This record gives sequence, structure tokens and C-alpha cells, in this order.
Amino acid sequence: MSPIIELDEVTKVFDAPSGPVRAVDGISLTVEHGEVFGVIGYSGAGKSTLVRLINGLERATSGRLVVDGDDVTTLSERELELKRRHIGMIFQQFNLFASRTVAGNVAFPLKVAGWPRAERDRRVAELLDFVGLLSRAHDHPSQLSGGQKQRVGIARALAARPSILLADECTSALDPQTTQDVLRLLRKVNTELGVTIVVITHELDVVRSIADRVAVLEHGRLAELGTVFDVFTKPRAEVSRRFVSTVLHDRPRAADLDRLRRHHEGRIVTADVLDGSTLGAVLGSASELGVAFEIVYGGIGTLQDRSFGSLTLALQGDDPSVDHLITRLRQVTTVEEVR
Amino acid sequence: MIPVAQADQGFDWSFHGPKLVESLGETLYMVGATLVIGGALGLVLGLGLYTTRRGGLLANRGVFAVLNLLVNVFRPIPFLILLMVIAPLTVTLLGTRLGSTAMVVAMSFAATFGVSRIVEQNLVAIDPGVIEAARATGATRWRIITTLLVPEALGPLILGYTFVFVAVVDMSALASIIDGGGLGAFALDYGYKRWNFAVVWITVVVIILLVQAAQAIGNRLSRRVMHR
Repeated sequence: MSPIIELDEVTKVFDAPSGPVRAVDGISLTVEHGEVFGVIGYSGAGKSTLVRLINGLERATSGRLVVDGDDVTTLSERELELKRRHIGMIFQQFNLFASRTVAGNVAFPLKVAGWPRAERDRRVAELLDFVGLLSRAHDHPSQLSGGQKQRVGIARALAARPSILLADECTSALDPQTTQDVLRLLRKVNTELGVTIVVITHELDVVRSIADRVAVLEHGRLAELGTVFDVFTKPRAEVSRRFVSTVLHDRPRAADLDRLRRHHEGRIVTADVLDGSTLGAVLGSASELGVAFEIVYGGIGTLQDRSFGSLTLALQGDDPSVDHLITRLRQVTTVEEVR
Repeated sequence: MIPVAQADQGFDWSFHGPKLVESLGETLYMVGATLVIGGALGLVLGLGLYTTRRGGLLANRGVFAVLNLLVNVFRPIPFLILLMVIAPLTVTLLGTRLGSTAMVVAMSFAATFGVSRIVEQNLVAIDPGVIEAARATGATRWRIITTLLVPEALGPLILGYTFVFVAVVDMSALASIIDGGGLGAFALDYGYKRWNFAVVWITVVVIILLVQAAQAIGNRLSRRVMHR
């Protein structure tokens, strides 16, 4: 794999009435050809600005930003317009042209790119078929549901055969079921058409569903970057941990811990569960050591076809024996004593 | 000039009727020509105001300031005064300051500035996200201005132009008093000046019907093009 998007110390400063705001602050990262790259952050983290720097809707204040071989920070407006034909974009509020039909929306980028009428019509039909809306070609966007509107948005974004698709909070206005449908469609865009996708979101579920790697943004800076599995299972930044806790409720929070402490005697530990960790075998030996255990909290799920999660245990016994058991657990996984 | 003996009281269809029809024709001519000329120039000026304002497609503080000042200077001038101010220009352009065509010059001038604000207001209401989506496809700003902005705001624009139609009918009556023809002159010469209120009231009814018809057509057209 080779990089299709390279950011090198990219910074974007906006002039606000209250003074300059560093919306994107020295970010360096690369997106590989053909991958689905997630960018996650809370609102105001700079992720929407970041994605607009890639297609030049916003100009970087400093840094280098190479997209498909060209440094977009040095391109003229005219060159950028040509560049954008190879970069599709979809939006949270879909941003369809209300005055044009579904087919007219999809045809717009083709007119921009100067496709002849006959080829344009053929391409529009092909795309509407791909997103499952061929029968709605002559309807106006207002007649469609949110999920259908986003499908039109995707068809429009893909019309001129871009190599990159930028998705800016593309499921945030949709219900969970429709979100999954749209994400499945994006998956198909990635695997069947080979389009590199950059997904901007504040929902970790979206990243978990389709991204290969993820960048976590906070206050315009890169807080963490890695495979989705690594960031999920071993979040290093505090902001990443907060995101993980929103989708995975396997670790007891402070209030849960208070309750656990009231209801269970002995010591409480949380042990990570990953593929290949042999927690059961170790726990099977607990009685030999004279330790009684109870599973009091936890959850195990799968992520990118691998198991991950954690179990919280209440351990009862004399201190040396419990210590011994914890030592054995630590030989197979990460264990955190919460009391 | 005006035959005094005939029909000084009441509405005489054989005498007043043809004059009413002729005056209505003149009014429609003045209003129509003004809407075409002032409507087109106002559209261009409105697009200029909208695109050069802060955050606009062609954002340019200097150009916007000039256009904005221009509109603010000319728009508040009372139309009656404007008619006098414009008269020398009209004579230069047409060789006369009299008649319906001469009135169209001043009316178009006034309409241009009024229309520009209405166009600007309706374009401002376009969702910026839609324009961003167009830019993201690689569309040039020129393409967006010429093919996207007006269609996206067409429904409200039609209602705006309908509003302008009524204002222009008002202007045409005022123009009648100075040097023009049309329904205003008809009501003035055959009605008010002879204290013949049958003529005045019938003129009022005709104008009400004209405005009602225009509003009905405007409403229907705007509903047809608005896909909400």
C-alpha cells in the first residue's frame, strides 16, 4: 500500500473576533490507498476543518498536504477545481440540490467534468442502480427519506469516478438502522470500487463498523492514531478512552464501582479479555488457591473479527492467595485492581 | 384637449371604455418593460451583492461596499423625485421625457435597486451547505452563480418579483401624473380632474383585479417550482 493522502504538520488558523483559533494544529498523518480511514473527535475538535483542507474548500495556514501526488496547499483555485473532481464528498445534511431531480443531482458533477449527454445519462443510471434508487431518478430530494437522500449524496459524490471519498458526519442525521445501511453502502464503495474513504464522525460505532485505522482528534491536535482494534482495546489518550466507554460498557464506572463495593466483599479486579487470553483456565485454579470468585461486571464483543472486552471479578480469600491468583491472571492478560 | 362636453359624469362605456383599455395596455407595457429591464439588472446587481458579501463565493469587501452604497443611495429616493432627477438622462437616451417608454427609464432605474435587495435577501436564504456541495464537485464559481443559485432560490424569487410587480404598478401610476400615460393618467384626467368618481373607482377595480391576477399567478408558479 502507498499513501494517497499525506499531511505534514498541517495547521489551519481561523481569525475569530476573540482572536486566532487553531482549528487544526500541526497534524501529520497518512491515508493509504484503498483504506477506510476514520477521524473521530468531539464537536470543535477540528475534524470538519481537517476534511475540508483535503479538498481545498479550506486553505491550510501552514504545512504540506499531498493528495494523489499534488500538494493542494500550493494549487491555484482553478487547479483545485480540477483536483476536486477526483475527490467526492458527502455531508451530514446531505446538501442535495432541491431544485434538481435525483438524476439531476447525480448528473451535476458530470456536467462539471464535461461529460457528453449520452455518457452522462448512462453513468447516472449506473450509479442510481448501484445505490438502489434507480426508480426514484425523476423524484425531487424532498420526496426521499434521510437514508435515501444520503444514497443520492453518495451517488453524486461518486459520479465522476473519484479515487477518494470524504464523508463528513454522513450518518449523524440518520437513525441507527439507516446508519447501518449507509455504512454498508460505503463498505461496498470501498471494496467494490476501490475508493479510499475518509470518514469524519463523533460516533465510535461508525468507526468500529467500517474503518481500518482511526485518528482521534482533540482541540485540533492528533491525540492518537492507530488501527481501530488497537485504539479500541488499548486506548492511550484520555479522549480515546472516553470514546471507547461510550460504545463499550464493559468497565464499571465510578457509580457502578460504589455499588459493587457495597454488595461484594473482598477485592475487585478488572481483567481484559482478548482472543487467546486463557482467563477461564486461570480462574479454574482459583479454588485450589482457596480463592472464591464472582463475575460482577463485564462485557465481551468482537471488533474487526477479534474478541475484546473485560470482566470485573470480586475475589475473596486471604490476601496472599488472592495476590497469587492476580499474579497468575497477569501472566495471561492485563489486570487492573479497582480495590 | 379633453372633450369637455362628453360624459362628464358616470362611466360611459362607449366613451371611457376604449380609453380604459388603451390605458390598461400602456400600464401593462410600462410595468412589463420595467420588470424585464429592471428585473434583469436587479438580478445581476443582487447576485453581485450576494456573491461579494463576506463569506460569499466572490467575497470582496471593496466591491461589496461600492454596490451596497449604490443601492443605499438610490433606493430610498422617493419615486416622484427620482422621475425628475432621471429626466435629463431619459432625454439623452430617448430624445423625449414624455410618454410610456420614457417612464420605463425611470421605473427601470428604481426597480433595479429594489429588485437587487429582494434578490439578495432570497439568495442569502440558500443553505450554504448546498453551495459547498457544488464547490466540492469541482464546479467553478461562475457555474455555481449561473446554474445553481437562481434555481435553488427560484420559488422565493418568484414571490419577490410578484411583490415588485405590485410596487411597479404603483410607480406607473405616479409616472402617469408627471408625463406618462396608463391607468394613473386615465383616472386623473377623466376621473379626478372632472370630479367623476365613477371613472376613479372603475380604475381602482381594474388595478385590484390586475394585482390579484399577478399575485395568483406568482403564488402558483412559485409553488410549482418549490420542491419542499
